[in-house]
Amino acid sequence: MTGGGSTRDPAATMAGVAGSDPQLSVAAGTDASKGNQSLNTATSNDQGALSPWGKFVRKSPLAALILQRLALSVALLFAVSIMIFGGVEALPGDFATTYLGQSATPQAVANIRKDLGLDQPATTRYFQWLGGALQGDFGNSWASRNSVSEQIGKRLGNSLFLAFFAAIISIPLAIGLGMLAVQFRDRLVDKVINVISLAAISLPEFFVGYLLILFFAVQMGVATFPATVYDSMGLTERLSAIALPTATLVLVVLAHMMRMTRAAILNVMSSAYVETAELKGLSGLRIIARHAAPNAVAPVINVVALNLAYLVVGVVVVEVVFVYPGMGQYMVDAVTVRDMPVVQACGLIFAAFYIFLNMVADILAIVANPRLRHPR
Amino acid sequence: MTDYTNYLARQVMLGKMNRREFMGRAAAFGVTLAAAGTMFDTAAKAQEPKRGGHLKLGLEGAAATDSKDPAKSLSQFTFVMGRNWGDMLVESEPLTGAPVPALAESWEPSADAATWTFKIRQGVKFHDGKELTVDDVVKTLQRHTDEKSESGALGVMKSIKEIKADGGNLVLVLTEGNADLPLLLTDYHLVIQPNGGLNDPNAMIGTGPYKVTSFEPGVRATFEKNADDWRTDRGYVDTIEMIAMNDATARIAALSSGQVHYINRVDPKTVDLLKRAPTVEILNTSGRGHYVFIMHCDTAPFDNNDLRMALKYSMDRETMVQKILGGYGKVGNDFPINETYALFPEGIEQRTYDPDKAAFHYKKSGHSGPVLLRTSDVAFPGAVDAAVLYQESAKKAGIEIEVKREPGDGYWSNVWNVQPFSTSYWGGRPTQDQMYSTAYLSTADWNDTRFKREDFDKILLEARSELDEAKRKEMYRTMAMMVRDEGGLILPMFNDFVNAGSKKMKGYVHDIGNDMSNGYIATRVWLEG
Repeated sequence: MTGGGSTRDPAATMAGVAGSDPQLSVAAGTDASKGNQSLNTATSNDQGALSPWGKFVRKSPLAALILQRLALSVALLFAVSIMIFGGVEALPGDFATTYLGQSATPQAVANIRKDLGLDQPATTRYFQWLGGALQGDFGNSWASRNSVSEQIGKRLGNSLFLAFFAAIISIPLAIGLGMLAVQFRDRLVDKVINVISLAAISLPEFFVGYLLILFFAVQMGVATFPATVYDSMGLTERLSAIALPTATLVLVVLAHMMRMTRAAILNVMSSAYVETAELKGLSGLRIIARHAAPNAVAPVINVVALNLAYLVVGVVVVEVVFVYPGMGQYMVDAVTVRDMPVVQACGLIFAAFYIFLNMVADILAIVANPRLRHPR
Repeated sequence: MTDYTNYLARQVMLGKMNRREFMGRAAAFGVTLAAAGTMFDTAAKAQEPKRGGHLKLGLEGAAATDSKDPAKSLSQFTFVMGRNWGDMLVESEPLTGAPVPALAESWEPSADAATWTFKIRQGVKFHDGKELTVDDVVKTLQRHTDEKSESGALGVMKSIKEIKADGGNLVLVLTEGNADLPLLLTDYHLVIQPNGGLNDPNAMIGTGPYKVTSFEPGVRATFEKNADDWRTDRGYVDTIEMIAMNDATARIAALSSGQVHYINRVDPKTVDLLKRAPTVEILNTSGRGHYVFIMHCDTAPFDNNDLRMALKYSMDRETMVQKILGGYGKVGNDFPINETYALFPEGIEQRTYDPDKAAFHYKKSGHSGPVLLRTSDVAFPGAVDAAVLYQESAKKAGIEIEVKREPGDGYWSNVWNVQPFSTSYWGGRPTQDQMYSTAYLSTADWNDTRFKREDFDKILLEARSELDEAKRKEMYRTMAMMVRDEGGLILPMFNDFVNAGSKKMKGYVHDIGNDMSNGYIATRVWLEG
């Protein structure tokens, strides 16, 4: 659910890394601060008489944190479902009128409304939907009358497939390039990496997509286009189909992660123990990989998590350009006709991904930093 | 002379000219129609359809919400799908628009055109092996007219009172005479299904030339040849793959890189770029669809016919066709019918841009102050630009138009048919009667110009049951003149259907019925080389 620009803006997150205290740099990461807070509230419990929960928190603070976060996630998802429902209700026109569009006749509209129970009040409809959803039944799409879970299964699979390959290429590449840029900082290699990655992030993703299509599909004819994938497709075919969209996504997310890595490591490089390592005569790359990187990992994890979330939930434009049947396009189609069950299910899945990835990022940040693991 | 006709014949062979164009040009050159007809047939024969191959179409207009039920077919994608797997009772002739037999072999009206008897074709098999019976036809039509029906053809079917079988025949009794009934049955929702689709409306089993092998809504559909097809003059390719491509640039890239053989909805703005690709040809067909500026005749200030006339004369139609349609269209004449309709009233004077006349009528109307026009990009492609162009041309007549851009979301429910002056579009209808009944009859739900005239309604109903074509044509002329000179419709342009195909794809029929060769694109073309 990230609207491309703001969350992918490196400057926003990088500003917080400027301080030299590792604790500070963790707090700068988007959600780590929240993890920190909830941990503090949890610990405040055990100052009085120790309740069972308080004991549990003292014994295994990490597990307590995860449990707390999970409970919070459920509440969040619930709130999200209300917001989506309210949002779609607030849009002009209901399913019957928008689905039939200009060709709606009053009778057909009335028939559809009656059939779907749209003539009932909004609260009744919401609780009916909630009742089904709690039992794992997301209902049928109003438009196609197919089971939502079945449809989403396929689309989500496609989205994850694309995101997975984009991630396993972009993350190591970004971190590797970031380290390289630090090693050769302010020299040609650093500048080239910087300029190219800045250029890639400055171009809108659809434009990057069109450029790749123009060169690799139309002019050279080496790449598969369109990237439509379907059930009966073999793995190799599938991989060749997603080559161009994967490349586009890699270019789009690379710069953000790479620059974050570079900034975070550079930040650590000025500390005393790195100087000691240098004095010990260790090689530059070894210092970066062995000593600086582990201490700079927290902000990097946060950026990676944000970008992973973006790869799953924010790639509608890339899907449209490459004709790739992922979740984004599915949800947009559903919103256009106010197909509530589909919109709800997609919205919840996107929210769940976002919450989950942020939680993982927080937990990893804590695991990576002993000072956060054992709060005073 | 022979050189020229030979040249024309070569054009036919190359698939660059269809029968109507050939006949027209040959006749203009002084060749008799009969001779031209023979020449066309000889030339066309040289272009024998080739069977086999895998046809790929990249189409706009698909959504994950597309329904498999033909009654609920709304998108361009399911429109073409239905034509592939199913048949209607009647088809329309591609070049003249006249009704021709499909699953109905022949038909006969009663003298008042209120009772129609259709002879249903024998020996036609559904894809599941079951033979087509009159009962299937009756059930299909019943399903679409049912009170609970959500069918898109409900409006068309409203006038049918009774549907029954009589031996091997289908008998339809109408509430009033309708000479156009066979053409109404060409509606793409009315695919004949086994048992009328009552068992499973989503089965996609029909009598068409292709069987559905897979369909993922909003993504892709595949078809294989129906070996038991009852017709031999269609279904040339072995397999069809339809890919949903909602992005205009993606479609163009796919066609120019040879990944698909055909794309629809080429943007007039980019058509010249696409033309440069050596392997591609632009396939544009005159259509009945039109872009309109509509005024409510019963709402001030538009209840004043002088103001309406002033606004009609302020429209620069030629510029609209050039700028908004990129030249791919024809100017309109303020009535919703063009020469692609049967019984088109020829010879009505073309209304042109005339600031003086506009100023004259404007002065006479006594109106002052700006006129508010509401528009949105969803009204038709380029609607906002068109409104601004209109604003400029009206300014020269001293009329001030205030253009208000409305949000696209909800435009059809909140602005169109609600606000007194807005932009919109109309797709064509199979007959003049349908077009007028849908939007110009006093009682019509979609009377979006609030044109309420008893005398007009009377002629419309009389014309409907008139079986004498000459008389009917005269009535349609009277009606056209009424709408043109007194109605609330400003119709600057009829848009062409602009599609494009690979040069390997042959036999494309420029069907005036609807877009994409009236949806029959995949069943009519073949692949060369």
